[in-house]
Amino acid sequence: MNGWKRAGRGGRTRLVASMEAQEAAVLRGLVGEVRQILAGRTDDNPADELAVLTGMRTGPSTRPTDRVLARLLPDFTTEDADLAAGLRSLHEPELIEAKDSAAAVVLETLPESGGRVELTPDQADAWLAAINDVRLALGTALDVSEDMPEELPPDDPRATHIGVYHWLTFVQDALVQTRMQVR
Amino acid sequence: MLPCASDGRGVTMDRMAAPLPATTRQVDPDLAEDSVVDTPWQAIVWNDPVNLMSYVTYVLQKLFGYPEPKATALMLDVHHKGKAAVSAGDKDKIEADVAKLHAAGLWATMQRA
Repeated sequence: MNGWKRAGRGGRTRLVASMEAQEAAVLRGLVGEVRQILAGRTDDNPADELAVLTGMRTGPSTRPTDRVLARLLPDFTTEDADLAAGLRSLHEPELIEAKDSAAAVVLETLPESGGRVELTPDQADAWLAAINDVRLALGTALDVSEDMPEELPPDDPRATHIGVYHWLTFVQDALVQTRMQVR
Repeated sequence: MLPCASDGRGVTMDRMAAPLPATTRQVDPDLAEDSVVDTPWQAIVWNDPVNLMSYVTYVLQKLFGYPEPKATALMLDVHHKGKAAVSAGDKDKIEADVAKLHAAGLWATMQRA
């Protein structure tokens, strides 16, 4: 993966990259994992009969105890606990859905064995959101800080994962730069 | 509170600058208090160690239609000051804005302006 290029013009504009088989496997695996983490949250809060009947789902009103989930599904406000609970209940199902659809776009457009990836601008936006979710999940789990060095000492248990995190940072940043050139 | 003027605050100022109807001047303070219901809300984006500066700028442009210089200035406020008010308006609008920011993965909350 050497970055992203623009191809085509106007309505036919595409954002194009080439992924190694191993890169595709890593990215697909991580996107799939985030999807499962989010699905676990949904499974813990099954829709009741009224929700099934009306199609109006309400989510849980309490913040996830898991810190990765808590970062993916933040509180709406810090000032008013009741308001935060109410807004979470109202918005969390659609937030999980939005994240799930973004993840699904990556899995649909990234060939399992790697190779050419060709995205419409909308698909690129889904990639940006999905890669960002993976980085949020990994970054939270790895306790990433702003002044994190490029490499950690080999005896640091996070050393092997941080390389993946930095690679994802590169893939996302390169995609943002290319996406910003497309109107 | 955000020390530097963002457009969100512009909305607030405009509303506050709007001339009050003459009748409200004699209104009993308790009733006047009720008009606080109209107090605008702000969407706040907080600094976090994961979100990229380029991505935050792009998200602000895309979600709010801000020109790049304004989106960049807001992103830099988030980066240097720890947070920035990125939009302002009534509660429903700001609730929707925060939901969109969450979908993009930004750390955002809402508060009364």
